[in-house]
Amino acid sequence: MSELTAPKAQPDAPQASLWKDAFRTMARRPDVIFATLILLFVFTMAAFPTLFTDKDPTYCIGRDARQRPDTWFAGEHPLGTDGFGCDFAATVVHGTRPTIVLALTVMILAVIIGLVLGILAGYYGGWLDALISRALDVFIVLPMLLGAILLLSLFRNGGSSGGLLSTVGPPVIALTVFGWMEFCRYTRAATIETKNLDYVTAAKCLGAKDRRIMFRHILPNAIVPVTAVIPTTIGGIIVTESALAVLGIGVQPPATSWGVLLAKGTEWAGGGYIYLFGIPLLLLIGTVFAFATFGDALRDALDPKLR
Amino acid sequence: MNAELGQAEAGPEPVLEATGAVKHYPVQRGIVIKRTVGHVQAVDGVDLKLYAGKTLGVVGESGCGKSTLAKLLVGLEPPTSGSIKVLGKEIGNLSARRIRSVRRDVQLVFQDPYTSLNPRMTVGDIVGEPFEIHTDVVPRAKRPAAVKELLDMVGLSPDHVNRYPHQFSGGQRQRIGIARALALRPQVLVCDEPVSALDVSIQGQVINLLERLQDELGLAYVFIAHDLSVVRHIADEVAVMYLGKVVEYGTGAEIYDHPRHPYTQALLSAVPVPDPELRGHREEIVLQGDVPSPINPPSGCRFRTRCWKATEKCADEVPGLDVGDHGTHPTACFYAEERDVTHAVK
Repeated sequence: MSELTAPKAQPDAPQASLWKDAFRTMARRPDVIFATLILLFVFTMAAFPTLFTDKDPTYCIGRDARQRPDTWFAGEHPLGTDGFGCDFAATVVHGTRPTIVLALTVMILAVIIGLVLGILAGYYGGWLDALISRALDVFIVLPMLLGAILLLSLFRNGGSSGGLLSTVGPPVIALTVFGWMEFCRYTRAATIETKNLDYVTAAKCLGAKDRRIMFRHILPNAIVPVTAVIPTTIGGIIVTESALAVLGIGVQPPATSWGVLLAKGTEWAGGGYIYLFGIPLLLLIGTVFAFATFGDALRDALDPKLR
Repeated sequence: MNAELGQAEAGPEPVLEATGAVKHYPVQRGIVIKRTVGHVQAVDGVDLKLYAGKTLGVVGESGCGKSTLAKLLVGLEPPTSGSIKVLGKEIGNLSARRIRSVRRDVQLVFQDPYTSLNPRMTVGDIVGEPFEIHTDVVPRAKRPAAVKELLDMVGLSPDHVNRYPHQFSGGQRQRIGIARALALRPQVLVCDEPVSALDVSIQGQVINLLERLQDELGLAYVFIAHDLSVVRHIADEVAVMYLGKVVEYGTGAEIYDHPRHPYTQALLSAVPVPDPELRGHREEIVLQGDVPSPINPPSGCRFRTRCWKATEKCADEVPGLDVGDHGTHPTACFYAEERDVTHAVK
């Protein structure tokens, strides 16, 4: 043993868990703290809209229409009123919950579908890969709005009962059906790259089953390129939802979302009422920035190579 | 195989035995309708016998089928034909599920210690994974202790269980790979060029570790390498491979001091002479040309395109791996003849 024993290095300090270390690393970065504050603000707005406004967004008085927010953050209408005389602050605040729920649900569903299909296609190859890859091609070339109209006809009869599910349900389905392809492609490519590495062969040699190899060895390494596109996709989802709103399968009125507000706001932006467009846009940019910064930092903090 | 060796080793059953092992990979063209236009004849009829506690060295240049042979021997690839037996049990035709129990008895050590460890798992997870796959080997409560014992056995500090592979040097990573392979207490370890990615100074340490483990655990090794001096140090018997076939097979002394196949002689004559005084005083054989494509190997003897002894007979007939009339060990050549290429004389 003598000459073979590696010199006893300084005994490792009791190793904190990966997550605890990650938290400590992230808490040291000012940009991460800023992003966390933005996310907290947005999530609080989504969860408890009444903390931020006591007005009802559906209570609109026509003669108060298009009041500019001259008294910023104070007075009767802190952010002015929109084209129909509704309080704009209340509209924005109450639009947060559908927006966030929609974006996160679509995100999670699309990532799960993309990851599972991508890893299956990449790992097994053969006819399964051919099937999934061709389906992918079909969904990529299919114009989203055309597909959305098809889906729309399925939901026409339902009607909105006012609950959150029926409010965001149709756009969630439409956006998920046309949103999983990117994740699937990234995962498939990363899986093909990873599955021939020696450590996967080693696991096979030890007798590991396919499921263990896919989820313990391939997935943690294949997920990295996927995490990079998640934050920007969240912004994309919110914007695309506003296009669906034009077709009537966006967030169902009377509920509203930032995407719908953006779409409506563009009509007024040229006429001197730029706040109707600018405020939702600022919120959207801030949220996407926060997600991107937070996601990026989390990925770095969890990467064992960068610890 | 060898009459003399056979007598010496009579009695015990070989722990690993390959008989006429063949692996051909189809070469396919076409996108939708695939048609096979040929086969890569990676391994073409290899016979091996490995006994408990012994080391079999396999040498040959790049692309001669060494790594494919390793995959066949550990059951990662099914042979196209022929049989592979581990502890007397045929593994060549087992289904993916039934082969799992055999995996305990034969394990693989990889060439590249940088890709053979999952970068996102701690050393403890990597070495402990065999226990999670074969749950009946060690009870859950005793697994951390078993992992530490394995790390200690390969000369790593047991305190390192929470570290990640990238925090280790190449030699240490190779030790982690060996610890993982040893977790299930296999009888046979197939080492696929285990030291060729390491510095020379580290190579010695890893070789010594493998030798010590062999003494302690009674392991049998198939030691694949392209470095002849490393193989000479560790191997009891040596098989020389060329284009998927074994061309010469014998004990270390037989191969190194009395090579009979022209290819073995050419390989040995390329080994550097350590003594600068004697440099240039040894016969050097420089082979012409490249290794032919394994998709379309030469007829007859596969080495004939580069052999200075080749005649018409070599193109027509395939030489068998025979001891021959005057020989001491099996050599696949019609004109096998001893020639001293290893000893430089002034």
